[in-house]
Amino acid sequence: MLKRRLIPKLQMKSSSHVAGQLVLVTTVNFDRVIEIGDPVSQAKIYEAQAADELIFVDLDATREGRLTDVKNVRRAAEEIFMPITVGGGVRTVEDFRYLLSNGADKVTVNTAALKNTKLLTDASRMFGSQCVVLSIDYKKVSNGVYEVWSNGGTVNTHRDVTEWALEGERLGAGEILLTSIDRDGSRSGIDIECTKNVVSSVSIPVITSGGCGLARHFVEGFKEGGANAVCAGTYFSFKDENPMQCRAQIKNAGIPIRLHK
Amino acid sequence: MIKIIDYGMGNLLSVKNALEMVGADVEICSRPDDLNDAVRLVLPGVGAFRDCIGNLQQRGFVPVLNDLVLGKKIPIMGICLGMQVMAKKGFEQGECDGLGWFDAEVRRLQTINPSHRVPQIGWNTIEYKNNITLFNGLPEHPDFYFVHSYQVICKEADEIVAICEYDGPVTAAIYRDNIFATQFHPEKSQDYGLQILKNFIRWDPYRNA
Repeated sequence: MLKRRLIPKLQMKSSSHVAGQLVLVTTVNFDRVIEIGDPVSQAKIYEAQAADELIFVDLDATREGRLTDVKNVRRAAEEIFMPITVGGGVRTVEDFRYLLSNGADKVTVNTAALKNTKLLTDASRMFGSQCVVLSIDYKKVSNGVYEVWSNGGTVNTHRDVTEWALEGERLGAGEILLTSIDRDGSRSGIDIECTKNVVSSVSIPVITSGGCGLARHFVEGFKEGGANAVCAGTYFSFKDENPMQCRAQIKNAGIPIRLHK
Repeated sequence: MIKIIDYGMGNLLSVKNALEMVGADVEICSRPDDLNDAVRLVLPGVGAFRDCIGNLQQRGFVPVLNDLVLGKKIPIMGICLGMQVMAKKGFEQGECDGLGWFDAEVRRLQTINPSHRVPQIGWNTIEYKNNITLFNGLPEHPDFYFVHSYQVICKEADEIVAICEYDGPVTAAIYRDNIFATQFHPEKSQDYGLQILKNFIRWDPYRNA
């Protein structure tokens, strides 16, 4: 049976201490930044804890007009034998090729897909839709109304989340990564309503994220939201939660999940 | 030396890293001539069937591979699209001939239950034939990482040596003589994946099948 997935998210920003080096961070509402440490050391810890996949996102890439830095991804891929998704600043099919040949298995695209819808189509034709992940950052406007934000959560596109997810699927995306900006770093739980809306509309896998603070939140994301995967940054980064216990709780709730690597 | 066939598609770096992790000498080869002294071959692949066989042809790999694999019986392992392209025919982006090493067709995953989404992405349990040495050292129900929208449908049931359940049985591994291939990604499947690669680098198809 196909298992549901737990995906630690490794968000990276330029270090405030060492120029030209990326550091693992967590964010709150895409705004307040807390520096954690070395992304690759953290990735190895996640590997030992039987994470199902890893997502590396370079948060400064789009703003700084460059492609995500692959140094950490390459280092991680030398020692970690699990699926790695990489994103940040991806604009062209060539960017996809570059990341896929530097250790990425899947590539997330966000702002560039909104600006150039051909990108999803071209990338999926070239590399297969299974490696094209459409990342959608959103804010809640009112009950049932969610809008897509681009450029790292700074620009409101006024597009409806479910409509954009559906169009993304039609254009060639093989997976959707949803992130609630309102709930990012809040530990207040997954946005079930928005997750459910997207899951019931598209026919490709959906990863939901933003707001996990308790093992129960993952269970809710799977059970009530219907997500195929739940992704979390803050929850896993501070190491005061035990991912193995979290898995056991998810399993006890009747959700198929891997317990051992 | 194990040679990884580089035809411009796929995450070769991960395959190389994983084989090195289990102690293999590995080289990535982008020219057919470089394959001649291979002791083993690995055919990875990510992307679409048509592009895969097209790139193999364009770069001149097809006759060399036929000679090494079918003629000289060099052990080869295919991974994901590298397994699919070993089939006779594919139907991704239109009907298209593959390498034809297996009497099989590659068709889109058909699921009826909407909770079984396509692509299948994630860890799924395989049921395997335990007389195959390539599966030595695995627990009874191991999970492997799958990411695919198409599946290999074999005419010869004997050639299927592992399946997973995804709204019906899906071919997870195929095997004949010196050819072994998996739909899942051993190089992405943590300890169990490394175990399969370790078995592959010690595999002698004509001594212990």
